[in-house]
Amino acid sequence: MARPENKLAFDDGWQYAPAPESTDHIRIDKKYGLFIGGDFVAPDKGKYFDTINPATEQHLSRIALASEGDVDKAVKAARKAYRAWSRLKPANRGKYIYRIARIIQERAREFAAIESLDGGKPIRESRDVDIPLSAAHFFYYAGWADKLEYAFPGRRAKSLGVAGQVIPWNFPLLMAAWKIAPALACGNTVVLKPAETTPLTALKLAEVIADAGLPPGVVNIVTGAGETGAAVVTHPGVDKVAFTGSTEIGRVIQKALAGTDKKYTLELGGKAANIIFADAAIDQAVEGIVNGIFFNQGHVCCAGSRLLVQESVAEEVVQKLRDRMETLIVGDPLDKNTDIGAINSAQQLEKIEAYLAIGQEEGARMHQSSCAVPDKGYWCRPTIFTDVSQSNRVVQEEIFGPVLAIQTFRTFSEAMTKANNTPYGLSGGVWTDKGAKIFKMTRGIRAGVIWANTFNKFDPTSPFGGYKESGMGREGGLHGLDAYLKLEA
Amino acid sequence: MATPAARVPVAKTYKIYIDGKFPRSESGRYFPLADRKGMVIANICRGSRKDFRNSVVAARKAQPGWAGASAYLRGQILYRIAEMLEGRSEQFVAELTLQGVARRAAQKEVEQAIDRLIYYAGWADKYQQVFSSVNPVSSSHFNFSVLEPTGVVSILAPNDSGLIGLISNIAPTIVGGNTTVVLASEKLPLCAISFAEVLHASDVPAGVVNILTGYRDELTGQFASHMDVNAIVYCDGDKTVARAVQEAAAENIKRVINRAQFKWSEAAAQNPYLIHDVQEIKTTWHPIGT
Repeated sequence: MARPENKLAFDDGWQYAPAPESTDHIRIDKKYGLFIGGDFVAPDKGKYFDTINPATEQHLSRIALASEGDVDKAVKAARKAYRAWSRLKPANRGKYIYRIARIIQERAREFAAIESLDGGKPIRESRDVDIPLSAAHFFYYAGWADKLEYAFPGRRAKSLGVAGQVIPWNFPLLMAAWKIAPALACGNTVVLKPAETTPLTALKLAEVIADAGLPPGVVNIVTGAGETGAAVVTHPGVDKVAFTGSTEIGRVIQKALAGTDKKYTLELGGKAANIIFADAAIDQAVEGIVNGIFFNQGHVCCAGSRLLVQESVAEEVVQKLRDRMETLIVGDPLDKNTDIGAINSAQQLEKIEAYLAIGQEEGARMHQSSCAVPDKGYWCRPTIFTDVSQSNRVVQEEIFGPVLAIQTFRTFSEAMTKANNTPYGLSGGVWTDKGAKIFKMTRGIRAGVIWANTFNKFDPTSPFGGYKESGMGREGGLHGLDAYLKLEA
Repeated sequence: MATPAARVPVAKTYKIYIDGKFPRSESGRYFPLADRKGMVIANICRGSRKDFRNSVVAARKAQPGWAGASAYLRGQILYRIAEMLEGRSEQFVAELTLQGVARRAAQKEVEQAIDRLIYYAGWADKYQQVFSSVNPVSSSHFNFSVLEPTGVVSILAPNDSGLIGLISNIAPTIVGGNTTVVLASEKLPLCAISFAEVLHASDVPAGVVNILTGYRDELTGQFASHMDVNAIVYCDGDKTVARAVQEAAAENIKRVINRAQFKWSEAAAQNPYLIHDVQEIKTTWHPIGT
């Protein structure tokens, strides 16, 4: 493929020298059991599965496959621990959670390297986003443990019991933190199932939890695939279910919980519109678009996977975006220069590639970066689609990869209508220099998180979660406590 | 036998309320409502699936305008509903008694209903301040979270409470900018339709509240499964119904709100968390800088 003219050829005349993060300081065991009742135990059926490095397809470790019986043991351990944990002096509960935060900070470099090895995300992101935010999340919720009576005026807050939590592979440690920290602070105990392609940092977190001295059974971690997750969600001893993943599975879970008294929160898919008005700071907006869709290979439920650009600047924005896309470095996740790492799994790559074909079949024009990608591993070049219409599948459906669909608009109301015209409502972005327009648009978009003149920012104090089919409930901030409490008059 | 000079009273035709109008059910069906002695009090519209769909269209259309109205205005409109109801108290007491409620209890129920409307009218411009937040994020951004209405809410009003149960669910839903389609009590439907007339006289925009009468068995599934409804509220403790509602609601990840535990005549049945139940939390970020 001929290389297009590139106005941002950062590497002309010189090359980036590889700057790989070393892995000699990390420890990954050959085999991991299930973390139940404070110990790593072998799975009762003796089955294990492999976890691999998606950038090299190399084997990393053997992971226990938890059966229904194992899940039952974990729930029983959590139930047993619940009595004492929920009655512990709240300030002491907080101190345990503070300890977890501190140990993650101390071991941050190790966690970052393992996260990138197991999941394929660039080390820059695991180092600067995933791991520090995970520690911050524990630190934030630790402080709530003895202040719950101030969170909900006129109510008494009570813990629920055992929380069954199922998390995705895109932010493995961070999602574990989002789930575990508020659950513990509110006095619940936990059975957590990490995703099958990224179990390692959750198992390292089990080590941290043991080192922090938490009573056995307060946190249990069971590894496996969908069946293990289903066993966690449907176990009669689980009082609260928290799930982050696809809308498809969310729907199955909501149905499965019908007729039970379990409380549940669902963080599901998204198809966020990033809206660029003609009066935006265009260069900043282009950076925001790049961050919105290419951050974490686009494996982000709140990714800005639709670009709505005002017609008068569309040509300029698309050209600048294509130029910028050419400069993105795709490759070794452990290299500190890398912008886009490996696709998380062969299965996910297959799904993304299917959408690339669908987009073209539906008549959209595809533009990809001309960058080279490694021979081994799972890779997808950053991709944009132009000439798409609102009904195209690449506009309506979540791809969960580095693939952006670009549409144009003329008027404010056209932008708002198009932005809201999907079943999702997780996030959105708006770029303009006019304050009044920002407020009008951020109020008009039916989504739980709106970034104005920025994108993909996260913080433990900031509630996150969706409208419509993007799920229900919030994680983060004071509002995130609600999911783990019973509020009584 | 009436004397030749006595006046013959005019009975009311009880119709459903959709988009600010009072049609009969498009289906042309009815069910007779009888008093304790088996005398027919009224022929009640047996609302259909299509009536429900039409109501959802009206509710969806009305929602952005209603949510966009100022909190002060929504509060005044709720207050106005209470004023109108106060003026027609006697009619509601009579209807409740006609349906078998003791007169004193009926009087109390109507008074409570009026007071409950005033209670929620007052919340219109206050719940946002109680539940919203400015979030101290670590980066250089201004970040805040506010409540926004969930959208269109379907309500299966309590079957055993003709007025207070109905109002206790409608008021917290609409005060927060939602619009609603309500299925009236099957046993005690009269007040629901008369309440629609009160709403109609209270500057509530067309489509904000739509009220149907009909059979629970027939309509519950529709209320729970419709893809353009964002949340469903139900109030009766039946486990089979609860299960069916929750299963159907999952089709579009509807918020399911079970209010079986409330005793509607008690003070605890009014609180701002009933408003909160049908709200979403929106968080907005903006950089601080130049």
